[in-house]
Amino acid sequence: MRKLTTPFIVLSAGMLLAAPWIINAAPYESTMGLVQKVFYFHFPSAILFLVAAIVCGVHSARFLFFKNQRADGWAVAAAELGLVFGAITLVTGPLWARKAWGVWWVWDPRLTMSLVLWMIFAAYLMLRQYGGPGSDRLGAGMALFGMANVPFIYVSVNVWRTLHPQTSVVPTLPTDMGIPLWFCFAAFTMMFIALLNVRADLEHKRARLEALYLAEDEA
Amino acid sequence: MRLLRVCTVLIVLLAAPALVPGLAPQVLANGDQPQPPKEFVPVDEVPPGEQIPAINLVAAAYGFVWLVMLGYVWTIARRLGTVEAELASLETRKR
Amino acid sequence: MSGFFRVAWHVMRKDMTVEVRSREILLTTLFFAVSVVLVFSFAIVREGRAPDDVAAGILWVAISFAGTLAMGRTFERERYNDTLRALILAPADRPAIYVGKLLGLLLLLGLVEIILVPLVGLLFAAPIFSYPLMLSALLVFGTIGFAAVGTLFAAMLVRVRSRDTLLPVLLYPITIPVMIGGVRGTAALFQATPDEPMARFWIGLLVFWDVVFVTLALWTFEPVMTE
Repeated sequence: MRKLTTPFIVLSAGMLLAAPWIINAAPYESTMGLVQKVFYFHFPSAILFLVAAIVCGVHSARFLFFKNQRADGWAVAAAELGLVFGAITLVTGPLWARKAWGVWWVWDPRLTMSLVLWMIFAAYLMLRQYGGPGSDRLGAGMALFGMANVPFIYVSVNVWRTLHPQTSVVPTLPTDMGIPLWFCFAAFTMMFIALLNVRADLEHKRARLEALYLAEDEA
Repeated sequence: MRLLRVCTVLIVLLAAPALVPGLAPQVLANGDQPQPPKEFVPVDEVPPGEQIPAINLVAAAYGFVWLVMLGYVWTIARRLGTVEAELASLETRKR
Repeated sequence: MSGFFRVAWHVMRKDMTVEVRSREILLTTLFFAVSVVLVFSFAIVREGRAPDDVAAGILWVAISFAGTLAMGRTFERERYNDTLRALILAPADRPAIYVGKLLGLLLLLGLVEIILVPLVGLLFAAPIFSYPLMLSALLVFGTIGFAAVGTLFAAMLVRVRSRDTLLPVLLYPITIPVMIGGVRGTAALFQATPDEPMARFWIGLLVFWDVVFVTLALWTFEPVMTE
């Protein structure tokens, strides 16, 4: 996995650079026109935002219940990535919505729950930063509750009819729109995996540094 | 005992969502809202009534994504540099 | 199994005994909740009348603010008297201690709500007696969801330096689904033409959230509280 990090970053950066041309070649959507093209970045970010929540939750459970130390580093990395991809989703969404719906924001279930999940990531990172010793376990406990939020975000748009495009949109995309979407999706996913590895690596190194300082103090 | 507890809870957890969609549709019909798109319909040229400002929004969206990604990669690189430098100095100090 | 509930019962009884003698947390929480309602009334009332449909929101905001204070205070009391270590060292099922604390908090918040709901009904002309059972169900299940997460987090944060600010920061995002359920359900009952099916739907959703939160809290209490 480690060896793939650099090629992933290079490849995904290249793909993201090429993306605007590919997206430009895609047809316009009939009702939303140009602004719908935000979708090609908004949708992958939103999915990876939810994936980050699940990854954080899973590793928090591994850390808390199976006492796996390294899992904690992965959980922090996933939380930070969730913050980043969530910020992208929550900014590109309203920019799209301003033209498509006429308002920047509506309090419908999917948007509300996405904002809430983002705030949970922020709270988790604040706890890790300011919580002092032992905050790794506290954060892990909290991340589990955050992960429980995720299915509701995905399902909510089908249970409650809202303005947000339904989940039937992506499976029924025509090919000319499908290609740029999956292209961007691949680019974002590779970026996500690469950044997750790098960030987790940073966290593991930091943990080792702390352990070394502690050992030095005791010696 | 613990296993029984876990199983009971899991069964309840899995059964509960089945109730929600059953209750929801007749209760939560937002009839006065415009229908959400069920699928994206492509066309070949810019639809009439399309105004210029949309490009600002699209450019802002893409610009934001780029800024955030680059910014985040930069912060990771910076933090990684500091931690690795400290680790290296500790290792040499130990020896 | 009976040992579990016996421990929970004893922990709850201990809290109640201490509380009955001093009434400190109950009274301070109650008056804080009342102040919150009054502050919101002043903020929202225009020309002597509050806009419609604010009663539900104000009620639940007051419950959540007051509840956060109460949770912080119950565990602060343990930390101050150094009894938390004794609780953790006791040869009892950790989740049982959690349940005992939760029941104590629920009783406290229940007493606060018994006073708060008529007050809100009075100040905002809300029809609190038209659907007493459903309103009670909303309050009970909403408070359980809120208190379940809060008890866990308050216990987790008891030794953390900035616990007073961190508790709301951690608690509110996670309990927003419960709050939404409580407010929307109560609003459905308070509105001009009450929407019973809607309220029933929210009650169902609150029960579901309660099950999820209490289960998660029971599982996480032990590993998080271990040294």
